[in-house]
Amino acid sequence: MPSSPLPRRLLLQTLAGATALTTCTYIARRSQAAPPEIRYEPAFFTQEEWRFLHAACDRLIPQDVYGPSAIELGVPEFIDRQMETPYAYGALWYMQGPHITGPANLGYQLIYTPRDIYRYGISGACDLCRQMHNTEFADLDPATRDSFLRELESGEHQFGDLPASTFFGHLLGNTQEGAFSDPIHGGNKGLGGWAMTGFPGARADFMDWVDQYGKQYPLGSVSISGETI
Amino acid sequence: MATITRKSVNVVIVGGGWAGSIMAKELTEAGQHVVMLERGAERSTAVDGAYPTSLDELEGNFRFKIFQKLQKTTVTIRNNITQTALPYRQLAAFLPGEGVGGAGLHWSGVHLRIAPDDLAMRSTVIAKYGKSFIPDGMNLQDYGVTYAELEPFFDKAEKVFGTSGEAYTVNGKIVGKGNAFAPDRSDDFPLPPLKDVTGAHLFRKAAEAVGYHPYSIPAANASRQYTNTYGAQMGPCNFCGYCSGYACYMYSKASPNVNILPALRNNPLFEIRPNATVLHVNLDSTKSRATGVTYLDDKGDKIIQPAELVILAAFQFNNVHLMLVSGIGSPYDPVANTGVVGRNFVYQNISTTTAWMDPSVYTNQFIGTGGGGVAFDDFNSENFDHGPLGFIGGSPVWVNQAGVKAIAAAKAGGPPGTPRWGSAWKSEMIDTYTHAVRMDAHGSNMAYRDVFLDLDPTWKDAFGRPLLRMTFDWKENDIRMNRYVVGKIEAVTKAMGARRTHLGMKEFGQPFDTRFYQTTHLGGGAVMGDDPKSSALNRYLQCWDVSNVFVIGSNAFPQGTGYNPTGMVAALAYWSAHHIRMTYLKNPGPLVPV
Repeated sequence: MPSSPLPRRLLLQTLAGATALTTCTYIARRSQAAPPEIRYEPAFFTQEEWRFLHAACDRLIPQDVYGPSAIELGVPEFIDRQMETPYAYGALWYMQGPHITGPANLGYQLIYTPRDIYRYGISGACDLCRQMHNTEFADLDPATRDSFLRELESGEHQFGDLPASTFFGHLLGNTQEGAFSDPIHGGNKGLGGWAMTGFPGARADFMDWVDQYGKQYPLGSVSISGETI
Repeated sequence: MATITRKSVNVVIVGGGWAGSIMAKELTEAGQHVVMLERGAERSTAVDGAYPTSLDELEGNFRFKIFQKLQKTTVTIRNNITQTALPYRQLAAFLPGEGVGGAGLHWSGVHLRIAPDDLAMRSTVIAKYGKSFIPDGMNLQDYGVTYAELEPFFDKAEKVFGTSGEAYTVNGKIVGKGNAFAPDRSDDFPLPPLKDVTGAHLFRKAAEAVGYHPYSIPAANASRQYTNTYGAQMGPCNFCGYCSGYACYMYSKASPNVNILPALRNNPLFEIRPNATVLHVNLDSTKSRATGVTYLDDKGDKIIQPAELVILAAFQFNNVHLMLVSGIGSPYDPVANTGVVGRNFVYQNISTTTAWMDPSVYTNQFIGTGGGGVAFDDFNSENFDHGPLGFIGGSPVWVNQAGVKAIAAAKAGGPPGTPRWGSAWKSEMIDTYTHAVRMDAHGSNMAYRDVFLDLDPTWKDAFGRPLLRMTFDWKENDIRMNRYVVGKIEAVTKAMGARRTHLGMKEFGQPFDTRFYQTTHLGGGAVMGDDPKSSALNRYLQCWDVSNVFVIGSNAFPQGTGYNPTGMVAALAYWSAHHIRMTYLKNPGPLVPV
């Protein structure tokens, strides 16, 4: 066998011993630390965009009985950090022209990279909000923010040639990625997204639980860097 | 950018996936000097599958770490011949691989053989229901090879892949509770079946109660430690749930990188060159003989690699693309109904049904193994009477839980029609992830005269070649098949005690949608057969028109089957290699007279 199982075994032994302790540490740290979004300075988003992003993410995944909000999970930081990855520059997509509009089922055909989609999308959404509500999106109450987001999701609004629904789709997709990906990418703070869903993260060894039919998995989540709950 | 001509070799293989690795192993065993050209990077499980860094769902499944990046090349897609095809700009409906190991590194591991009737679908349908049963425009064909001929090569592949499963019959004797519809085997599986996860366990009991014939899906995920034919070692699968899209850190999922390439890398007859993008196959002035290939290396130099034998072993549609841009065989024209390269392009007809169990039942969807699970074949292939139903084809139905992770769960959300965000979404999504069981009807897709591959007139790849164009849509026959089989699942979810069921079915009039993942099981386009008028390859996967070019892959399937393609591709590779070794190398030329 190749050598990879050995360091893994050592890591799990370390984690097993640390689980209970780390859970307490997590609670203490959360109560003392400032919210992460205040400490984090966005590299891509302007202050106005950053405000919009917070106000929108906060409604896409709100704080409720089921678990933390996208803001508590650090989703805006995740999205900002993603904007510096090849994905955001369109490096994963075929971007050659000509760019011709076609039926929706043939897929995305615009010239915009994810960075462009955020830049034009947020600007367009802010303008639309001022038109519709005569105020900034971030200053709306939660229920009005929800109805505005539904406008973006299923309305016919266009920001130039960028459909509002395309922008919304990216925002929602990235928000979910930020809430539920490994915290190594800046979101899922305190593994709160995984705690909410019961996903054990990088634990990746269920030999003992495969045939424990119908029973809840007993251990908490582990991240790539070794954080546990 | 220089043009360099390298020293001639016996064999050049295009593509470093399963097909290429099998051919390389077989042909080096025959003493041939083999060069393998792979357009992507070098990959190994030790690096790409390292624990814990590789267990990163964002990178693995949503930034496509070991999949093809579309930046340099893609395909264009349209639903019918009157439309303008548009580029497939973002990976979604299907996810080809790139890099050493190809799609064989990121696959899940379902390792099935083939239903014998599927190999002779045209003959079988005509014999059972008459010729008029075949709808107008359906190009139903036989493979030109029988199950009995392929059986030794299925067996050989399973022993290389370390396949886990339970046989039904071996040499005509019932030996276990395997698939009662499966054809006879010359030997048992090398490893016993994997355990059932909760969903598969519930599905097995319910399917049995309904009267179907459930079996453990044969899986190239090792249920125990295993040393294969080539001395490659596999560790037992621990159901980590990181199969599809990952390089299995446990060395449990078979891949070319783990199961074959280690036996080749130190062989002086073998050389692998990653980052080598083959631009075209070079033909001599008669266009009936290949002289080698031309590729771009990572420095941008153009390399001419002469070879006596050229094996195209790239992904299904890349093989077809290379044939078209190289002028191998006559391109298919659907209007004139002439030519063969691009003809009979097929996909797979999949839909997913969800059953929500009682809230006291935790289905632990994150526990999974890529190839494992429980299936029944009662409505696959010709295992049921199609006479009164009036459609051709079928679907296995299965719980094949490869490990659902948190981002995928979030994006899948709750039942159809429920909100996609906000508190209501959270509630439904958590309930679904925690208590639901997903099952697929994994159906066949027939071939049609107006569904095909050709070269796009507008868009080009980064190397100046026209992109491949897909003309594809779902047809009534296949939608009816899907709806019939999915209808049969309802009894199972009832027997499971589901509190809620969503039967996932194809809808009439709903076009093929490139934006949503369906499957990477594409097929056809350069199919095998007995007639050069309807097949690009003969029964040994040799080009009818250029006899020193063999084309290995699911491109050879004349129509889709209900099964995953890798098992069949591996068997066809061993079958073709066997005949190259036994016959072709001794006397190069057509193995079947034209």
